[in-house]
Amino acid sequence: MAYPAAVREAWQAELAGIREKGIYKEERFIHSPQASHITVEFPSGAELKEVINLCANNYLGLSSHPEVIAAAHKALDERGYGMSSVRFICGTQDVHRTLEQKLTEFLGTEDTILFPSCLDANAGVFEAILGPEDVMISDRLVHASIVDGIRLAKAIHDTYKHCDMAHLEEKLQEHQDKRVRLIITDGVFSMDGDLAPLDRIVALAEKYNALVFLDDSHASGFIGRTGRGVHEHFGVMGRIDIITTTLGKALGGASGGCVSGRKEIVELCRQRARPYLFSNAVPPPIAASAIKVLEILSATTERRDKLETNAKFWRQGLIDAGFVIREGESPIVPVMLFNAKLAQDVARDLYYEGIYVVGFFFPVVAAGQARIRTQLSADHDIPMLEKALEAFKKVGARHGILGLDKKGIIAKYGL
Amino acid sequence: MKEMILDYIKKEYLDEDEADDMTLDEHTPLISSGIVDSFSMVSLKRFLEKKYEIKLPDEEATPQAFDTVTSIIALVNKHLAKKGA
Repeated sequence: MAYPAAVREAWQAELAGIREKGIYKEERFIHSPQASHITVEFPSGAELKEVINLCANNYLGLSSHPEVIAAAHKALDERGYGMSSVRFICGTQDVHRTLEQKLTEFLGTEDTILFPSCLDANAGVFEAILGPEDVMISDRLVHASIVDGIRLAKAIHDTYKHCDMAHLEEKLQEHQDKRVRLIITDGVFSMDGDLAPLDRIVALAEKYNALVFLDDSHASGFIGRTGRGVHEHFGVMGRIDIITTTLGKALGGASGGCVSGRKEIVELCRQRARPYLFSNAVPPPIAASAIKVLEILSATTERRDKLETNAKFWRQGLIDAGFVIREGESPIVPVMLFNAKLAQDVARDLYYEGIYVVGFFFPVVAAGQARIRTQLSADHDIPMLEKALEAFKKVGARHGILGLDKKGIIAKYGL
Repeated sequence: MKEMILDYIKKEYLDEDEADDMTLDEHTPLISSGIVDSFSMVSLKRFLEKKYEIKLPDEEATPQAFDTVTSIIALVNKHLAKKGA
């Protein structure tokens, strides 16, 4: 075993540098199931604390839903724990096929292939279908996993300013000589909570003979009248060529993701996508629970409707209290603080008031755009959100930021 | 060359309100400050290659080399000199 002291010291110095910059990430230990109320140990070894959770991707409150858990138990008994195989060797059960069919119906596409995660779906899809004669044109705020997937592909890449359709159109004109032009966007942008203008993106794609890729991880299950996603919200279902999404957020919250879209694209992923070919199948209990989730969501829109009500109440409450928020329609509501230290201080103070949120700052978001990202759930109710608002007001007042606009906060705290 | 590159950066990377608020000159850090993300600098590279009819090898078109307009000009001049030689 060779682990040279010089190498150890170099990595220790890197870790020290991360701590000095104040960007060292520490896990908080949760001693209860994922829910709107959780029991947390933070920092490690501290007394357990009951807090309201405002930072989970548990948008529909299904992560610990009894029917979802029961479906997992049943599959565990009937299909076992794990597959000990990738899909194409001996890792495909009937539940995988059923889930792929259900996702195809739910998303309104032609076919679907499961991946171990949406990160894997994004890592695999571009390389599987594109070559050097193609171009990928992505929004500048797409998720990191898409950036990684783009880097793995041989096609050239370009980017357009966030949701700037005039800039996208320029890029489409510039790349008319390519075989495939693939426009790449998130449906709901994870840090800002805004929606990609998918109707306008599809119109440009049709005008310039381009394909559209949509990562709808922060939308599947609750955006759109029946929760199908951003394509339903903008009335362009059936016109998106590739949708990737996750089972790790609203759709049960465990893990797993997919590529859903044109038949040939899905088929090429089955032949070539490396995370599909070289990583284990989604475990049977997770696949079975995801089928249950889709059944629940297809039967009623009650949960996405409640989430919408909660998000509206929360947005208005924060505005009335005098916070600066990113306006939008999604259950991702960023409270803008601009200064990184302020974001960390406010998040810490909120924790001691019984509210679990996290501050985000550069490089996770652009420099000078530090924020606390709050996320609503159908598992929240109005009294719970009223209590959380009181805590936000108390902490906001303590830091003297209520009623200040962006310039006011920057004048007080700097960038 | 300096003005042309600065104009391109403003148009390609800044929103109108940002361009008005910000003073951008040849010494302003672009990538390390987050004005240009390293993933999006590819369009600047292509712009320079097309404009000056040069090829900037990937191993030289690093985030460090693209961090200020001054360092970008140095890189472009190096390859212009090679082309002329």
